Amino acid sequence: MQAVIGWVLRLGVIVSVSVVIFGGIVYIYRHGHEVASHARFAGVPDFVKINGIIGGILTFRGRAIIQAGIILLIATPILRVFFSAISFMLEKDYMYVCISLLVLCIIFFSLINGHVGG
Amino acid sequence: MSVIEFTLIVLIGSCFAGLVGSLTGLGGGFIIIPLLTIFLHVDIKYAIGASLVSIIATSSGSAAAYVKEGITNMRLGMFLEIATTLGAVCGAMLAMYIPTHYLAIILGVILILSALLSLRKKAQQIVTHKNDLAAKLKLNGSYPTADGVVNYHVSKVGGGFVVMLFAGLLSGLLGIGSGALKVLAMDSIMRIPFKVSTTTSNFMIGVTGAASAVVYLQRGYIDPEIAMPVVIGVLIGALVGSKILVNSTSSGWLRWTFVVVVIFLASQLIYNGIMGKI
Repeated sequence: MQAVIGWVLRLGVIVSVSVVIFGGIVYIYRHGHEVASHARFAGVPDFVKINGIIGGILTFRGRAIIQAGIILLIATPILRVFFSAISFMLEKDYMYVCISLLVLCIIFFSLINGHVGG
Repeated sequence: MSVIEFTLIVLIGSCFAGLVGSLTGLGGGFIIIPLLTIFLHVDIKYAIGASLVSIIATSSGSAAAYVKEGITNMRLGMFLEIATTLGAVCGAMLAMYIPTHYLAIILGVILILSALLSLRKKAQQIVTHKNDLAAKLKLNGSYPTADGVVNYHVSKVGGGFVVMLFAGLLSGLLGIGSGALKVLAMDSIMRIPFKVSTTTSNFMIGVTGAASAVVYLQRGYIDPEIAMPVVIGVLIGALVGSKILVNSTSSGWLRWTFVVVVIFLASQLIYNGIMGKI
């Protein structure tokens, strides 16, 4: 099971970084010569919401593809906790199944709370 | 500055940050945030968001290798992740309300402290006396060495847990892995062998980062244009760094050089923060 968790982590990083690199190439190709400015916070972009990202990918927008890669990357360790829970379940270690689920709950609380406030 | 120039500069800077981060064990975020804010005048919250994403990448990438070797104590990691994720969520929420120049000052101070901590001598210790809570939580473990399997016990579970809350808080607030503090807590409070504490700390950083990254993401502080070159660069730097680490064991002077660089960057952060330029 440790091997499975190792693979989840490795595969998650490889896939998500590949997506980020691909999106980066598309973005540079389309916007490479525009002026870059990040000195001030520019507000919440469309690519935060799932609809915005899917729409962006369909219209082949580099930034939306990068953002999809970043979300996959953030999901990788969360997925790892999920697989750990399954692994503890197989070992019949129910205390650690609960601990894993508690960690997942905290992350989901963070996910929901960040949304409401934004 | 055009987008293509900005991307290339950030990419090269991030490679450097990833390299230094992996050689010193401080993590890439430590260098990349001051580089972005001081030299490229990027809003510090964008820099923190990009750094968070990069530490998730490097931590997950290297954790994959350690988990396979069986050094990481997965139960200990999972148990302490309750503390680090709780802290990270609070830290991320707090970061949304703290003015940017305060964040710069706090980051500068923490940077200097962590750099000094990284110079600390690491004594390998094996504790074998019993701790009830550790036994109940099945935290005691073993790890493979060249001379066979070593068994160890874990001390002061509660104390370690509290320090992990604080480490998580800093991670969410400043976008750093706070690996130095995590290792310190496991080494000197919980009395865990150094090899186990570093790999287990690394294992926890990804989840801790993810817990606060979801907040930054939804508030729009993870900007794809900045995060893209940072993630790619830091990952490349960290990969190169890990190859160098395997090939050379004596990096004493290297460590010192980097500590000086880090302290220089940190003092810039503090100065700019106090002057209200960040």
